[in-house]
Amino acid sequence: MRKFVSPARNLAFGLAGTFLFAAALVVAPPQAVGKADQIKAQSWSFSAPFGMYDRGQLQRGYKVYKQVCAACHGLRLVRFRNLGEPGGPEFSAAAVKALAAEAEVQDGPNDDGEMFTRSGRPSDAFVSPFANVNAARAANNGAYPPDLSVMAKARVGGPDYLYALLTGYKKAPGDMKVGEGMSYNPVFTGGQIAMASPLDADSVEYTDGTPQILENYAKDVSAFLMWTAEPKLEERHKLGFRFMIYLFILAGFLYMAKRRVWARLKH
Amino acid sequence: MAHASSYKPNTAIAKWFDVRLPIMRLMHDQLQDFPTPRNLNYLWTFGGILTFFLVVQLATGIVLAMHYVPHESMAFDSVERIMRDVNWGWLLRYMHSNGASMFFLAVYIHIARGMYYGSYKAPREVLWVLGVFLFLAMMATAFMGYSLVWGQMSFWAVTVITNLFSSLDSIVPGLGTTVVQWIWGGFAVGGPTLTRLFSLHYLLPFVIVGLVILHIWALHVPGNNNPTGIDIKTKSDAVPFHPYYTLKDAYALCLFVILFMGFVFYAPNFLGDPVNYEQADPLQTPPHIVPEWYFLPFYAILRAIPDKLFGVIAFAGSIGLLAFLPWLDTSKVRSTRYRPIYKWFFALFIIVVLALGYLGAKPAEGVYLLFSRIGTALYFGHLLVVLPVLGWFEKPSAMPGSITDDVLGKGSGGSRPSAASASPGRR
Ligand code: HEC
Ligand code: HEM
Repeated sequence: MRKFVSPARNLAFGLAGTFLFAAALVVAPPQAVGKADQIKAQSWSFSAPFGMYDRGQLQRGYKVYKQVCAACHGLRLVRFRNLGEPGGPEFSAAAVKALAAEAEVQDGPNDDGEMFTRSGRPSDAFVSPFANVNAARAANNGAYPPDLSVMAKARVGGPDYLYALLTGYKKAPGDMKVGEGMSYNPVFTGGQIAMASPLDADSVEYTDGTPQILENYAKDVSAFLMWTAEPKLEERHKLGFRFMIYLFILAGFLYMAKRRVWARLKH
Repeated sequence: MAHASSYKPNTAIAKWFDVRLPIMRLMHDQLQDFPTPRNLNYLWTFGGILTFFLVVQLATGIVLAMHYVPHESMAFDSVERIMRDVNWGWLLRYMHSNGASMFFLAVYIHIARGMYYGSYKAPREVLWVLGVFLFLAMMATAFMGYSLVWGQMSFWAVTVITNLFSSLDSIVPGLGTTVVQWIWGGFAVGGPTLTRLFSLHYLLPFVIVGLVILHIWALHVPGNNNPTGIDIKTKSDAVPFHPYYTLKDAYALCLFVILFMGFVFYAPNFLGDPVNYEQADPLQTPPHIVPEWYFLPFYAILRAIPDKLFGVIAFAGSIGLLAFLPWLDTSKVRSTRYRPIYKWFFALFIIVVLALGYLGAKPAEGVYLLFSRIGTALYFGHLLVVLPVLGWFEKPSAMPGSITDDVLGKGSGGSRPSAASASPGRR
């Protein structure tokens, strides 16, 4: 190495490193700081670079969503057919048809100009429980239960946050006044949430032997919501693996070619 | 660098074209045979990297635009539809959003390189000023692109930034409000605002393409600067661009693409704000409105000034002043390598910009605000005081006689091993 190469290289690495560091600081936005200790990282089958979803977990999570959360929260971006697609819960085609048929979908107008309801088909989107925001608020003491389709990407911590929130209900500290219709949950910004603890042990029946405890319900539904937010995660991880190998090999060849050409020159 | 053309048309068709539209000659002379200093380090690879990312943004953006719906109640869902239902849509969208971040990472390194090696000094002033215009156009493009998602942060960033124009009210009462409503196309940020942002987001990248062509033209007249800042004097100072730098650039680009695709495949939302996955809601302001990471230093400067109008002036000045660097810097030598005092100021400047970036993400209150103000003062102090004043009395350290001397160690009074142990930048 020549004597003057190092400051430039240091500068390059230093700059790149510090920019990444600064960026890393930015992604932990300020409001997360107070709650960070409440949100613990869980082990998820999908979080590692080669991670994939756990089919059984997604199927159980769907059941929890359907039987509990769907009463208040929509998943407007999800279609029934998605439940059978690769990289998701992968319900069988017959099961998807049956699950879709449980929904009542508005359609029309028919030849008489009337709107009508029919049972759902796999190509239909999930039907939200309320017709609009105002109806949702009216039914929930003025609070709005948000659509959960991309919720797992809309909060710092993602599925870890969802799990922490769902398992985070506690008795309020003595000096805290919890508002009417509110519940104490230190994971939620402000500590008071207008959603009562939605999950209880044994409230949803599991048929695969998984213990019917709160923690499992919370974990399964959080994983399911991660899938609704990132349905292409498995495809992404798989393609990424092949792409990265290719890039590393290409980088190796380019480096050798560059070395050879520059060897013609004293430098 | 203007050099005698070495192009020889070989085929009949090449000869036919050469006397009509000598485009092959242009390509050969500018991209293949172009004499380039032999001592360029990897910081010189970022120009090529930037060009690559411009192409990535254009290619992914044009396909995204085929599926995107610029309507206030459909935009957000249309982006999600792209991610779910369009073939490879998730890849396109994540490449486009992370591509913008990589574009900025590269441009910041590129600008810092120029500042460190004095690449803006004569005869490269026009090249540099075009670069500042490019940076401005990139910022405008990225800001408008971010708004298209129509998430909570998109919406509120547009609200905050467009509202800056209302500070004109303090010069001519009513002027600011009028301008803001003209930009919005109504009395609030809404559908008409989104449609025009989309139109401009599609337009500006092509303005960038035009500016890039001028930028490269302005580069190819004086030729590249280099780590010594000494001009090419003899033939042995230079090598042809191809294959020496085509290969070096390709290798560096490949490494950068690994970083880029690492984000795309394994942490596609790492650089973005989660709040933007909530659909825009004009009735609910998010607790903290934070721009994307690449705007943060300038955002910190904007908020550091208590007065709105002066804040906007400082914000614009912090970028605009960069265009005047060639005339603010009075140093006789280009490269910071031979500027024993300035190099410390340069390091401080980098730290200040990074610190401002950190502070831009924090609430503007208490110590954060105090440090933002100190940082802002240091930022402007560097450009307006250090650069003009230091050049007058700083004594440059000894410089090699030529690029070749620097590379081969001749004339600098040292054999290879002993020179290698000398501390960098000192002679
Ligand atoms: C009885 C209606 C109801 C049920 C059932 C319900 N929720 Fe909620 N949920 C709400 C309401 C209301 C809010 C809004 C809370 C607020 O803004 O204070 C909410 C908010 C949320 C939020 C957003 C928290 C945030 O950070 O903003 C999540 C996530 C959530 N619910 C998940 C679930 C899950 C998962 C289930 C099923 C296990 C579920 N909810 C069941 C009513 C419900
Ligand atoms: C200089 C080049 C460009 C830059 C820096 C840029 C930047 C951005 C950014 C930051 C976003 C928001 C990304 C997100 O969070 O999803 C975006 C979105 C978008 N851009 Fe661009 N862009 C560029 C070129 C283009 C071009 C040439 C087109 C089309 C012709 C285009 C079309 C779009 C569309 C349709 C969206 C919204 C969809 C989405 O969010 O993915 N962009 N752009």
